[in-house]
Amino acid sequence: MLDPKIPSGPLKDKWDDHKFNLKLVNPSNRRKYRVIVVGTGLAGASAAASLAEMGYQVDAFCFQDSPRRAHSIAAQGGINAAKNYPNDGDSVRRLFYDTIKGGDFRSREANVYRLAQVSNNIIDQCVAQGVPFAREYGGYLDNRSFGGAQVSRTFYARGQTGQQLLLGAYQALMKEAGKKTVKLYPRTEMLDLVVIDGVARGIVTRHLITGVIESHGADAVVLATGGYGNAFYLSTNAKGCNVTATWRAHKKGALFANPCFTQIHPTCIPVHGDYQSKLTLMSEGLRNDGRVWVPKTPKDQRKPKDIPEAQRDYFLERKYPGFGNLVPRDIASRSVKEQCDAGRGVGDTGMAVYLDFAESISRLGKDIIKERYSNLFDMYEKITGENPYSTPMMIYPAVHYTMGGLWVDYHLMSNVPGLFVLGEANFSDHGANRLGASALMQGLADGYFIAPYTISDYLARVKPAAKDAVDHPEFKKTEHDIHERVKKLLSIKGKRTVDDFYRQLGHLLWNKCGMTRNATGLKEALAKIPKIREEFWRNVSVLGSGEDFNQALERAGRVADFLEFGELLVTDALQREESCGGHFREEYQTPEGEALRRDEQFSYVAAWQFNGVGQAPTLHKEELKFEEVHLAQRSYQ
Amino acid sequence: MSAAINLTLKIWRQKNARSQGRFETYKADGIDTAMSFLEMLDVINDRLNKEGQEPIAFDHDCREGICGTCGAVVNGRPHGPLKGTTLCQLHMRHFKDGQTLVIEPWRAKGFPVLKDLAVDRSAFDRVMQSGGFVSVKTGQAPDAHAVVVAKDKADIAMDTAECIGCGACVAACPNASAMLFVAAKVVHLNILPQGEVEKDRRALNMVKQMDAEGFGNCSNAYQCEAACPKEISVQHIARLNKYHRQASSKGE
Repeated sequence: MLDPKIPSGPLKDKWDDHKFNLKLVNPSNRRKYRVIVVGTGLAGASAAASLAEMGYQVDAFCFQDSPRRAHSIAAQGGINAAKNYPNDGDSVRRLFYDTIKGGDFRSREANVYRLAQVSNNIIDQCVAQGVPFAREYGGYLDNRSFGGAQVSRTFYARGQTGQQLLLGAYQALMKEAGKKTVKLYPRTEMLDLVVIDGVARGIVTRHLITGVIESHGADAVVLATGGYGNAFYLSTNAKGCNVTATWRAHKKGALFANPCFTQIHPTCIPVHGDYQSKLTLMSEGLRNDGRVWVPKTPKDQRKPKDIPEAQRDYFLERKYPGFGNLVPRDIASRSVKEQCDAGRGVGDTGMAVYLDFAESISRLGKDIIKERYSNLFDMYEKITGENPYSTPMMIYPAVHYTMGGLWVDYHLMSNVPGLFVLGEANFSDHGANRLGASALMQGLADGYFIAPYTISDYLARVKPAAKDAVDHPEFKKTEHDIHERVKKLLSIKGKRTVDDFYRQLGHLLWNKCGMTRNATGLKEALAKIPKIREEFWRNVSVLGSGEDFNQALERAGRVADFLEFGELLVTDALQREESCGGHFREEYQTPEGEALRRDEQFSYVAAWQFNGVGQAPTLHKEELKFEEVHLAQRSYQ
Repeated sequence: MSAAINLTLKIWRQKNARSQGRFETYKADGIDTAMSFLEMLDVINDRLNKEGQEPIAFDHDCREGICGTCGAVVNGRPHGPLKGTTLCQLHMRHFKDGQTLVIEPWRAKGFPVLKDLAVDRSAFDRVMQSGGFVSVKTGQAPDAHAVVVAKDKADIAMDTAECIGCGACVAACPNASAMLFVAAKVVHLNILPQGEVEKDRRALNMVKQMDAEGFGNCSNAYQCEAACPKEISVQHIARLNKYHRQASSKGE
């Protein structure tokens, strides 16, 4: 059993008491320590800026051309906090409870409680940075409601809350970079973690323009490199999002937890062709005013406006009257799939349902709907050529977020000492399903208010030694391995493109390990993935050189990692013989078709140890103990 | 409903920052009009790869118009012909069968070409480092409601904060000026009470750094606003000028 190192004491006092027990580094000694932060999204940028403000030397890496472009930027809807400004019954305890329940009781109580506690500090910090949250005429902050909650606790900035929060963190990072307390490494991709005597001591990177492979030593390494949703090829993630940093760390000993907990977001623009390169999310915020429906008659070809009310099925409102269209994402997605599988889907492919604003527009007027959602409506129209003010949107679920990630303890440190993992890259707070507007909260909680304390505690226990670390032969060996891998990819000169393999893997994972899963399909996937991987290393075509800007080479490296990671994803899904949150095993459902958890057998975190490519990984368990909440079947009726 | 069109593409190819570039002509047949512009480039790259030719390098990431990574000049217009739209959100239904498209990178002294359509925009990060922030450390913030912000000011801050830092304003400007970018950032922070304390330093330092990076000055061509995918108004340049003048007159 893994020890998450949760402090003792009452839940509400754990973090405060623990902060007193954490060791500190004297301000004048902090500059002697170097911390590497990989990834500059909400978690990475906020951690890098905060650590630099404290006085540590920070090196910040991102593969994008600027830290401001990390994929946190694309988050639309909002960020939760327990401020209770609307006076509608919110509290730290309620945010904690909603998050635990929303995660289908597969997350750690202590972590989630701490998250809810610091949520309010995040809003304060962001406002002080100049984040332009929506305000009311009185000058106070406005809130909206989001899925899985019955209070309005979501702060937002038009439909681009992610960009505004990221710019806040990025600007804090720029402030430090200007003072030279942070050194920026844009267009630099981490290709391996270096572990010496069991301790994380640095990384090896490749510069994406020059191809230069370089070692960087540190006293602690922070990975804030996002999720692995792009394993499915089509997802709402940016094209560059990848599993490489966390996967390579996993291969160096870090445990990978709950990879089968993947979030399929219900409201995305449906797939329209084979050449499609990504899927676009339509924010969950839209479900505040949009009503989801399908025609009651299967294969009804009439235009939506020609289908009378009595012949429509507003299936979320019918099945879940308590939450209606605002049920959590996993539940909404499966309901949409169920309708489409029963032949009631709409559009050319039959793989879509309507999200209809007609009722809200007639009730509130077009102007109010426009003020709330114009950027999303515009985006929809640009992509589809249809105007959602006059005809309902068509939507279908798509891979959006991954709850699984590298295993971390209460300190957000992996089982490899000195390796910290923040944000979506870790597994910690969302259990088997993340509630809307909680990813931004977690990323910033980790980076601004948790990691600075826990990393200091770690550094206080080690002697600064970053400067000489890269002289260790392990760095040279790692550099050599990366050179060899680049050379290998360029030398295969096969017949199939990288994307060709990538699509094949993505389709397989989506079909066998997507919205619903079963043992037969998962075993089939487990048999097929090694074959795709084997052909990749024999028949992939990567042109150009390793010494310059070569996007096909970048992609090849990432796809090669997805081809290994995919097997772990499926292995985990097969192992978890229960349904919970985003992981729905067809064999385990209630008579009403809802997820059937098996708490007796599966109330644990599954943390996998790497044993070699193609070798079965070893399962380590962390038991989940619930002291404050009562485990119940989730009900949103 | 989508259809297929045939296009001729003249695309800028340049091996690296040191080499000379040139236009190459490519046939783009059977392009589905439901594709995005970048998906069309993906298809061309796939075909090039299969013919053993190196694909065209172009920066892109989110493909939903918010990360600001993508961008190319299409027939003389940054991000192409559609107003208020990034290249990744431009769809092929806006082009006609038989059309010729000239596709080239942002061209500006401050944005050296790295390869093909990709340019180096790190100058923007350095401009930001010179003052594009509020000097507040983690933990220093008072309660979010300690200071109220008038909605009209908050709305102006939001209008300017929509800037995605893509650089189209620079590419569109006859002087390759970055005034719209700098104005958007200065106004966003200067108009809020949280950013007011540093408003003079911010305006002076960011404009100074912009000049040092080799961007030109503003001569009111307004091409930046026309090209901006977030449709940020040139009015903010006037606001920046006001902030800069006020700061300069204080002799700081």
